[in-house]
Amino acid sequence: MSDTMTEERAAAEAAEAHRAAGWKQVSLQGWGRSSAAPCLAARPERMRELMAALDVPEGRTLLPYGGGRAYGDQALNTGGAAVLTGRLDRILAFDPASGLVVTEPGVTFADLLRVFLPRGWLAPTSPGTAFVTMGGAVANDVHGKNHHRAGSFGDHVLWLDLLLPDGRQIRISDEEEPALFRATIGGMGLTGIITAVCFRMQPVPSNALTVQSRRIRNLDDFLAGFAAAADATWSVGWIDALAGGASLGRGILETAEPSETGVALPAGKTKAFPLEAPSWALNRMSVKAFNALYWRRVPEAGRQQLQHYGKFLYPLDAVLHWNRMYGRRGFHQFQCVLPFGPGEMALRRLLETISAAGDASFLAVLKVMGRPGRGLLSFALPGYSLALDIPARPGLRGLFASLERITREAGGRIYLAKDSLLSAEGFWEMYPEAQRFQEIRHSVDPEGRFSSDMAKRLGLAA
Amino acid sequence: MSATMQPTWLMLGASSAVARAFAQEAAAHGAGILLAGRDMEDLERQAADLSIRHDVPAAPVPFDARDTASHAAFVEDCAARAGGPLNVFLAFGVMPDQAEADRDPAIAAGMVEANFTGATTVLAALAPVLEAQKQGVVVALGSVAGDRGRPRNYLYGATKAALLTYLQGYAARLSRSGVRVLCLKAGPVDTAMTWPLPKLPFMTTPRGFAAGAWKLAQKGGGGAYLPRIWWPVMTIIRSLPTRIFNKLDI
Ligand SMILES: Cc1cc2nc3c(=O)[nH]c(=O)nc-3n(C[C@H](O)[C@H](O)[C@H](O)COP(=O)(O)OP(=O)(O)OC[C@H]3O[C@@H](n4cnc5c(N)ncnc54)[C@H](O)[C@@H]3O)c2cc1C
Ligand SMILES: NC(=O)c1ccc[n+]([C@@H]2O[C@H](COP(=O)([O-])OP(=O)(O)OC[C@H]3O[C@@H](n4cnc5c(N)ncnc54)[C@H](OP(=O)(O)O)[C@@H]3O)[C@@H](O)[C@H]2O)c1
Repeated sequence: MSDTMTEERAAAEAAEAHRAAGWKQVSLQGWGRSSAAPCLAARPERMRELMAALDVPEGRTLLPYGGGRAYGDQALNTGGAAVLTGRLDRILAFDPASGLVVTEPGVTFADLLRVFLPRGWLAPTSPGTAFVTMGGAVANDVHGKNHHRAGSFGDHVLWLDLLLPDGRQIRISDEEEPALFRATIGGMGLTGIITAVCFRMQPVPSNALTVQSRRIRNLDDFLAGFAAAADATWSVGWIDALAGGASLGRGILETAEPSETGVALPAGKTKAFPLEAPSWALNRMSVKAFNALYWRRVPEAGRQQLQHYGKFLYPLDAVLHWNRMYGRRGFHQFQCVLPFGPGEMALRRLLETISAAGDASFLAVLKVMGRPGRGLLSFALPGYSLALDIPARPGLRGLFASLERITREAGGRIYLAKDSLLSAEGFWEMYPEAQRFQEIRHSVDPEGRFSSDMAKRLGLAA
Repeated sequence: MSATMQPTWLMLGASSAVARAFAQEAAAHGAGILLAGRDMEDLERQAADLSIRHDVPAAPVPFDARDTASHAAFVEDCAARAGGPLNVFLAFGVMPDQAEADRDPAIAAGMVEANFTGATTVLAALAPVLEAQKQGVVVALGSVAGDRGRPRNYLYGATKAALLTYLQGYAARLSRSGVRVLCLKAGPVDTAMTWPLPKLPFMTTPRGFAAGAWKLAQKGGGGAYLPRIWWPVMTIIRSLPTRIFNKLDI
């Protein structure tokens, strides 16, 4: 009795001390909402406060947290501490002659679009949501629908400022600390906190692109379509992952080119998805209907449209918090890249496995990737990338294990930004430079001050 | 900076998240920005951001609310830099724990100095400049905490109530020169000040708050609750009998 009272008092005193130091007890979630991580969080509004946040309460590790768009446990640090970087959102420099930009880590792709598109500049590449921060973009070396042409985000980064776990702040690039630079691109926040990113934007003639959409009957048709579209600036495939048999791989292929003429700005604000949908709202029938509808949306003869970059790059952002649609239990995402050649067979096997499991997935996204990323843990490989959502349910691990096996056998890898279920063994096989990554990490963080739930799961941290 | 008809907003306590969001509003509407505060490194960054995003002149100016002797020269400097009409957004303030202020007189006196004394001296120095330009608006951040002293933060509340009383007379004086004074009784805003505190009711974002403040600053003056919900809430809280109020844990 008195023991619990002392414990309670001790807990209350600890909470008070944390509060006085600017820490708050929060519960963070990955975008898939399948797990929640209680931790202490600091939310610096400026550099001085960010530095102070390195002083973590005794016995806790630290991890930066950006836009919270990583799906699984990558941005989570259960029982540890998080630095929320979202308020560090200043654009520090812009050179209209070269398109070079320097930003704080919390600047988002939405900020870039708003500020620079009207002046004829676009992010060099962009993920499928504009709410990703520059810190997060580097930490996963993200890619977009132009990967086959433009490479990953890290390919456009000239230098980074990095706040090391020991409190030193250094500039890293291909010239200065190149090994640490390569470890930090795709480094999942484990090498320190990125405090500034210098990268090159691309010039565009207007705010819009010409988008060609056409129906694709099956997987062979898709692969041929991508091959024919190798020169397209942007390309992406939407697959109806529930279609099987002769229609396996049915979907829509979109290719796009910058347009000389722009469009009037899309009016209206983004709508927030109102409530948490009950878990039963999503079943095979409703998803099937949705997918079929999506397919029919594009007329048989194909379609050409002028689209604002925002609409083309961020189709899902029109519905804020669409992730709630999967209900309280949340969902997982599977994304892998498979090398050309063996990848084609593996792609078929993945789609067959998913279609047979009948797991509701709205749309699967198929992309072609070009060169490998620069980061030691960069995801990109030349080949096909397949991504899809699967609602959380009992027995899901079995399906994921099959998908992981097929991916490994084909020499592919699973994307850590989306992952919550990859095995440690699978990770070390898929990411051959992980050992090198660990060596560099130990050199800047010998005491293991930075950690994450994912790092523990994958055997990168104790 | 050349003289233009665009006003310049002088942000006092410019590092505050509320001030930052308001500066974005003002700059988006084409105004120049002077960022006054103590954290010059931070203000440099903010100045760069404002001028890149909105293509307006923005510059940091050192300012310490508690260094009252410097306020006259500070105002002179700002007026010269603006080159045109000045508007003022007064956001500086501190809110140390009440218990801490009770224990340590230096903390208590420091809060009064920063929240009240320093505000009056810088406003006093600004008055002749504002009167001479015969236009402009002053927006000051009061707080719902000033409406009725609560055990949790009555010294903080008192500084805000005192500021409000000061501003009433100040507003009346400046109205004769066509200058408007708006005192916002702010409810909780999600900033560094409130981050470590337990969940507060009707919390707004800095951006939402700034958008509301910008709208109010376009017309009229006087006092206003922001967000509006605090008007009915505080009307009730103010009218509670002392006997009941004293028992409440609010
Ligand atoms: C709808 C949707 C579509 C997506 N589409 C794509 C896509 O097309 N291509 C693609 O590549 N990805 C895509 N993603 C994934 C997303 O781009 C990555 O997960 C990205 O890293 C998220 O960035 P964030 O700012 O949200 O960071 P968080 O999710 O908060 O964090 C992700 C990782 O970045 C680290 N991090 C964050 N800030 C910093 C910092 N300042 N310094 C160091 N490390 C930091 C964190 O520690 C964590 O390890 C998509 C995600 C969603 C939700
Ligand atoms: N957040 C709320 O819920 C809330 C509610 C009601 C009213 N308010 C009021 O709103 C205003 C802004 O607060 P906030 O929430 O944005 O908090 P904040 O981030 O803590 O901002 C307060 C600012 O005041 C500045 N400041 C403090 N002492 C100063 C001094 N001696 N000289 C110059 N500047 C000084 C600080 O800057 P430096 O430390 O860098 O100098 C800081 O930027 C405050 O007046 C606050 O009382 C806030």
